[in-house]
Amino acid sequence: MDKLGGWLLPGAVVIILLFGLVRRVPVFDVFLQGANEGLSSSLSILPALIGLMMGVTMLEASGALDMVSALLRPAAEQLGFPPEVLPLALLRPFSGSGSTALAASLFESCPPDSFAGRVISVLMGSSETTFYAVAVYFGAVGVKKSRWTIPAALTGDLTALAASAAAVLLWFPPAG
Amino acid sequence: MLNKIWAGMILISFLCALATGRMEALSKAVLTGSQRAVELTFSMAGMMCAWTGLLKIAQQGGLTAILARVLRPAVSRLLPGYRQDGEAMQAASLNITANLLGLGNAATPLGIAAMKAMVREAPNREGMPNRAMIRFVVLNTASIQLMPTYIATLRAQYGSAAPFEITPAVWVVSAAALTAALTMCRLLEGRRLHG
Repeated sequence: MDKLGGWLLPGAVVIILLFGLVRRVPVFDVFLQGANEGLSSSLSILPALIGLMMGVTMLEASGALDMVSALLRPAAEQLGFPPEVLPLALLRPFSGSGSTALAASLFESCPPDSFAGRVISVLMGSSETTFYAVAVYFGAVGVKKSRWTIPAALTGDLTALAASAAAVLLWFPPAG
Repeated sequence: MLNKIWAGMILISFLCALATGRMEALSKAVLTGSQRAVELTFSMAGMMCAWTGLLKIAQQGGLTAILARVLRPAVSRLLPGYRQDGEAMQAASLNITANLLGLGNAATPLGIAAMKAMVREAPNREGMPNRAMIRFVVLNTASIQLMPTYIATLRAQYGSAAPFEITPAVWVVSAAALTAALTMCRLLEGRRLHG
């Protein structure tokens, strides 16, 4: 199963390319067009990332992040969850660029291939910016009452939180 | 929302540094934090652009349209009360397909189009979403992308030996989270209907 990860990216690239060739898409021209869009969207989130990375780095340097982690440690240990990842779980539903900034910052102290680093990866990959999505979609059609949207969406986020540590333990069992 | 979060981050950092006497470190963090964001963005740009370029080929080749057609029956079962061939279900299937492929920029306008069509096709009480709209928004608050490219790129950036190795775990966790969220929807729908 752990070999699957290595196949995924090349496999996806080849399937997409073959599909484009069969459909007579001018593959390189279209690739350039898409890459250009990617570049402009990376650049457009850069200002937000600068601001938030500054905030997160300050939180870390001031010791505030350690204090929050220490506060949450008992609860985290009960769940078998790495406590340093909990601030990320709290920020995730609110801000996409904020959680990216925090994840990047956390990767410096917990390498991506460590237990905590993998939990960070799975949590980031399996959850979204809940409150942003609710605001955008309901805002677009003028819906004021969200009824049970938030409780249901947060149930999903909590499940992702609990399941990410469990999944990492399952897929990458500790050596000892 | 972000205005308060951001201001809170900085104010808390200042107070914390004041209390723990780490003002020197905080002063350095202001400078390095912003610099790190620039380094991160530029070092990740290569992988991100390569991926958006490939996805564009998939889009232009019609892969998105085919997937959306395959998904439509399942989508319309998930979002009850709408005609399967209607405009709302068409846009909703395209939105879900874009999400699966990780086309975040394409998914949001399609999702907004789907919401607008849903309101048009089933007018209801002013400002009150129906259960299909709620399920659709809940689906969009969950992550359903097949390739966690962004986080894998970030992992590679910080020295991961196998950046994509977390993908199967991401699938299982995403599926569990989505199932839990939609089950919660069903439960709350039932309670409101009878209560």
